[in-house]
Amino acid sequence: MTTITERPSRRKALTDRARQERALGWKLAGPAFIVMLAVTAYPILQALWLSLFRLRLTDPDSREFVFFGNYQVIFTDSLFYSALLNTLIITVVTVAVELVLGFAIAMLMHRIVLPRRTLRTIVLIPYSIITVVSAFAWLYAFRTDTGFVNEWLNTLTFGAWNTTFDWFGSWAPSMTVIIISEIWKTTPFMSLLLLAGLAQIDGAMEEAAKVDGATFWQRLFRVILPNMKAAIMVALLFRALDAFRIFDNVFVMTRGANNTETLSTLAYKQTIDRVEIGMGSALSVVLFLLVCVIAWIFVRGFNVDLAKGRN
Amino acid sequence: MEQNNKQKWSLALVSLPVIIWTLIPVIWIFSLAVKPQANQADNNFWPRGFSLDNFELILFGGASDLFLPALLNSIIVGLIATTISVILATFCAYAIARLNFSGKKMILFVALAVSFFPVISLVTPLFDVWRSIGLFDTIPGLVIPYLSLTLPLSIWILSAFFQQIPWELEQAAQVDGATSWQAFRKVIVPLAAPGVFTTGIITFFTAWNDFVFAISLTSESARTVPAALAFFTGASQFEQPTGAISAAAVIVTIPVVILVLLFQKRIVAGLTSGAVKG
Repeated sequence: MTTITERPSRRKALTDRARQERALGWKLAGPAFIVMLAVTAYPILQALWLSLFRLRLTDPDSREFVFFGNYQVIFTDSLFYSALLNTLIITVVTVAVELVLGFAIAMLMHRIVLPRRTLRTIVLIPYSIITVVSAFAWLYAFRTDTGFVNEWLNTLTFGAWNTTFDWFGSWAPSMTVIIISEIWKTTPFMSLLLLAGLAQIDGAMEEAAKVDGATFWQRLFRVILPNMKAAIMVALLFRALDAFRIFDNVFVMTRGANNTETLSTLAYKQTIDRVEIGMGSALSVVLFLLVCVIAWIFVRGFNVDLAKGRN
Repeated sequence: MEQNNKQKWSLALVSLPVIIWTLIPVIWIFSLAVKPQANQADNNFWPRGFSLDNFELILFGGASDLFLPALLNSIIVGLIATTISVILATFCAYAIARLNFSGKKMILFVALAVSFFPVISLVTPLFDVWRSIGLFDTIPGLVIPYLSLTLPLSIWILSAFFQQIPWELEQAAQVDGATSWQAFRKVIVPLAAPGVFTTGIITFFTAWNDFVFAISLTSESARTVPAALAFFTGASQFEQPTGAISAAAVIVTIPVVILVLLFQKRIVAGLTSGAVKG
């Protein structure tokens, strides 16, 4: 029974101290937190509100409340579905290729002895190049008038490849170049995340498997990969959400020509080119919700623990 | 791990394609920048001939009034956004690393959620509001949305850096007779400075790289480099601005690549700190 009389005072003392610490914590962290919310939550709420109107900036008087009218247009328009499909294709292909390529490069960086520093340095270069510059570099490399790619393919195939092949003349080749540029630019990030995961694996475990006679592939699939599942999932989530908002490469290379529109370029066109603020806002909201769904699938479905390691 | 010579060399050999694949676009953009106008469309990877005409065009010639203001804008907007983010994030990360208060997990979670935000979703409402309050095509009109990119990143990276600082050293210095100011200045600042500096670099890159806000919320006077590149035009309607764009790309790429190479180790630590413990 004595504990009962003791408890309240002890709890109160703790609460006082905790309260002070909390007040100081929020005083220090509050400004950053508020600014962060102000620059994101406010615009998205504004977008939510604007999306309920038919509103064109060139004709402000015609502003009309249409409730979910804009969303209805979006979900019945084939342009939206083709943009969604393109975005999904780019996301899935780039992330899948980058996972394999990034993992191979991470393994290489992890084990390499000889040009170790050089390799690590060079791998970081695409990260430091502006995405628009990467887009232009690949655009000019593939273009028929300036590019070398057709020439190289022609040489490699002993003349079978047509040097006048127009990479930006139809859907599939355009998407291929967009995806190549995206992969080139963002693979370093993927491989660095995976390298950090690799570095955490206990080397002794792999050594033990080796001594027990496990082959390279057995060690890879039974020891290495299961032990860096968390790092892989986080890297996939980061890259998937990043790829899903792809804009720069598409804008520079095709501007959506040949049906290569993505969700971001579609929203841009509605807002900036056509100044359809209501429709643009509705698309922004849809894109935002889709990103939330993807993040939710990762966190729930794959059990990604984002706060892992910090408390 | 023990490796014999054969393994060592085979790994070096495997790294060759990786290095080539990474360098091809970089060499290519340099090659385009130094190709004389007549060779611009010769489909050769290596330049046949060498000229600095494109650089002259960008820095002193007809395209300089488009490129130089954009370069200045990029630097100004990047520096302001970085300074604001890093200062706010330093206080925030200090609280997260050193104090125990409810809500700090939530702050980190929100920072992460915000960094996943589809940038274009902010563009439409900001475009509308900025036009009506006069922030469209201004420096503050870019800095404010840039904070949505740079602030969460700074908070996340700095928190990870600060959590690794051995804060007990501050008390140890005080026990040894240092005043609390001395302990802070001589012990904590040198320990925290590299993290703050690295965060600044990564944050600056993020602002420097932005294209979506830059083309949507500016028209002329506040246009930054990535946006200006996309709107370069040739001397005539039928002349491609290939050489000019490549020269501009080279100029904006070199300083950033040098920074990355100089601070490679720290940048890698900063970039990966958000995702993996350690």
